[in-house]
Amino acid sequence: MTLLLIVLGAALGAPLRYLADRAVQARHDTSFPWGTLTVNIAGSALLGFLTALPLGDGVMALAGTGFCGALTTYSTFGYETVRLMEEGARFHSVANAVASVVAGLGAAYCGMAIAQTIA
Amino acid sequence: MTDRPTDVDVDLHVPARRTELHWPLLAAIAAGGALGALARHGVQAALPTPSGGFPWATFLANVSGCLLIGVLMVVVTEVRTAHRLVRPFLGVGVLGGYTTFSTYVVDTLRTVAAGAPVTALAYLGATLVAALLAVVAGMRLTRRVAGVRIR
Repeated sequence: MTLLLIVLGAALGAPLRYLADRAVQARHDTSFPWGTLTVNIAGSALLGFLTALPLGDGVMALAGTGFCGALTTYSTFGYETVRLMEEGARFHSVANAVASVVAGLGAAYCGMAIAQTIA
Repeated sequence: MTDRPTDVDVDLHVPARRTELHWPLLAAIAAGGALGALARHGVQAALPTPSGGFPWATFLANVSGCLLIGVLMVVVTEVRTAHRLVRPFLGVGVLGGYTTFSTYVVDTLRTVAAGAPVTALAYLGATLVAALLAVVAGMRLTRRVAGVRIR
């Protein structure tokens, strides 16, 4: 049952990452990977929120491991950071790495704080 | 910028990527994402992290996924013309679902909360450095094996 819930969550999260990335890029004509940054921050906030709530294993498998896990990505983030460096966009590359980590931590922290306030 | 994409998921600077949106593509991404997430769950189940311990499972999933994305992207953008669903299925889906950014940052915060800030900081930095080096290693190895000259 846990595996089925992970499959369901991930089957929603991964296409949503693609669609969100596409939607963000359509509004910004820049090589900076705003789309991936956006989904990673949003997914981090949501996972932080979920982990601070008293949820059952099933909900965590579906929404945490499956949905948030597949919505966010380290491989695309890593590849983009390396490609920006390869293209000579050193500032964008470093800014992407630093902004992703700092904003991701901040978002997850805020998510946890909000959950603790309402729980 | 070259004609090679920067973004794995979708790079609208690449003409072919602007018109690729269709149901089979989303289905391939969903199926790949589900497989990748199951693989990550398998790694996490095999290597459970004790409270305040170094989250090895997520570290290994993220670093190995980064190595594989480097290999995959060089193969599909520099070595050969792949079927149009290969990158969406393997790159956006499987590797996107296998690796995770949200668990990485939440793991870090939970390790701090468990009273192990040094372990948390080591995990935060080691993942970033190892993942980026893994992408570079995957790309270079693949270029060398395939005999690709960087444009």
